[in-house]
Amino acid sequence: MTEIPDLEQNPIIAKIRGWRPVAVAGLISFRGELTVVVYPEHLRPLAEFMISDRDLAFTYLSDVTGVDRFPIEPRFELNYHLLSLSRRETICLRVRLPGENPVIESVVPVWPTANWHEREIFDLFGVRFEGHPDLRRLLLPNDWEGYPLRKDYPVEGPR
Amino acid sequence: MTTVQTATGLEQTMVLNMGPQHPSTHGVLRVLLELDGEIIVKADVDIGYLHTGIEKTAEALTYSQAITITDRMDYLAPLSNNLAYCMAVEKLLGLEVPKRAQYIRVLLTELTRIGSHLVWLGTHAIDLGAMSVFLYCFREREELLKIFELVSGQRMMTSYFRIGGLALEPPVGWTDHVRKIVQNFPSRFDEYEELLTRNRIWLGRTQGVGVLSAEDAIALGVSGPSLRGSGVDYDVRKYFPYSSYEEFDFQVPVRTEGDCYARYLCRVAEMRESLKIVSQALEKIPPEGPIKADAPGIVPPQREKMKTEMEALIYHFKIFTEGFAPPPGEVYQRIESPRGELGCFLVSDGSPKPYRMKIRAPSFVNLQALQKMVEGRLVADAIACIGTLDIILGEIDR
Repeated sequence: MTEIPDLEQNPIIAKIRGWRPVAVAGLISFRGELTVVVYPEHLRPLAEFMISDRDLAFTYLSDVTGVDRFPIEPRFELNYHLLSLSRRETICLRVRLPGENPVIESVVPVWPTANWHEREIFDLFGVRFEGHPDLRRLLLPNDWEGYPLRKDYPVEGPR
Repeated sequence: MTTVQTATGLEQTMVLNMGPQHPSTHGVLRVLLELDGEIIVKADVDIGYLHTGIEKTAEALTYSQAITITDRMDYLAPLSNNLAYCMAVEKLLGLEVPKRAQYIRVLLTELTRIGSHLVWLGTHAIDLGAMSVFLYCFREREELLKIFELVSGQRMMTSYFRIGGLALEPPVGWTDHVRKIVQNFPSRFDEYEELLTRNRIWLGRTQGVGVLSAEDAIALGVSGPSLRGSGVDYDVRKYFPYSSYEEFDFQVPVRTEGDCYARYLCRVAEMRESLKIVSQALEKIPPEGPIKADAPGIVPPQREKMKTEMEALIYHFKIFTEGFAPPPGEVYQRIESPRGELGCFLVSDGSPKPYRMKIRAPSFVNLQALQKMVEGRLVADAIACIGTLDIILGEIDR
């Protein structure tokens, strides 16, 4: 992971910086992919800005992925892969959440497609999304205990 | 049970459980239909019956071993899955694949697209009452599976694309079989179109059914032919060309109606375009040349070299015992699978096993649109809508 501080020339980064300078926690460029690390409390307003600003127009949310960095804190990472259909550009927004009570505001009102992505992350990582219209387990049964994609989830039973 | 406002006043609704063992749900999909008479008020989709934890399993396998489990997600397009995964690992490694391997990859994934669309057409038609189309489609698909078997040794779980190239040199004369397909298939597509395109029952069951506007489709993240049927020309092959797609000349069929019929027309046109790409690839593939990148320690050495060179033997041993470790970082690789944008998100922590593998399955996202499509429609239309989305439960549940 190479965190390069001089990505400021990038127009998208400049736009985000200009909108709310305190929102950006870091910039990552790896194999031609640009990732903006955002503080969790700014994600939802930033999402609204990303979709509504005419020069950004990230109308399409491709994917939301959870990653567990256990035992590193903040433990959980959420990656929002955005796509601008009009400008044919992509960007990834990343937030880091603590292991203790991981909560973040839902982006379903901004991109309805996030509904199942967030439910899946809730199901497999145990991250809660505030303001999600229907936060239930998606793939596992409702009475399942634990969150299987966490790194400290036991992968085998007692022997 | 809830009360809704109907045309005749306040009435109670009935919940009908469709699936998970229903033939027209294409696998194990369960839909809870809330009905007012025969009108659908709400469709609650319940998935997860086929969840096998493929993403968790991948974390315990080395990068080369994990290719085999990608086959099992979208079992109608295993080569597309292989491609997405292999390209993600290659991106992580910064590995360049030889042109010859890239063209063969394009050719085989386009054949996969045709094969997958054939199954979709057959099953969609049988759901809506056209039995014979199903039999014709499977007859043609058999010819495609024979090519996959010829090239990789397997009909379905091919695992033919490997990190850095292909598993094997294709057998001598395999292109003749592909040429035969390029020759024969256009007339077969005409046959299906003759049976369906102007068929009154087909039109009645698909036209104006399951209408999805472009705005809704984008908001819901729909991709592939399901999105292009709504008038958005997003195709990863054109937007973000990969594997030398920029060198091929093809059209992306787009319709603006947004109904089941538009999506049908898009897919049939797409099969013809795929054939165009296949015949161009046939011309482009050089008869000889490397099919694997020159990357010792990542790509297994040639069998012959292992018998004479000590280094090759050591590399072979190391690749298959401990694997190789890409640099730490995250990549997201998207390709156009038969169903839409197939994304592979890989996180490497510098160890020989993927720290996290996430597959952005197009069916998973597309299925979210079902609720929107069936609201206020008849139960029979739900069957048409499920069929038209072309879902594969294997990749939805993973």
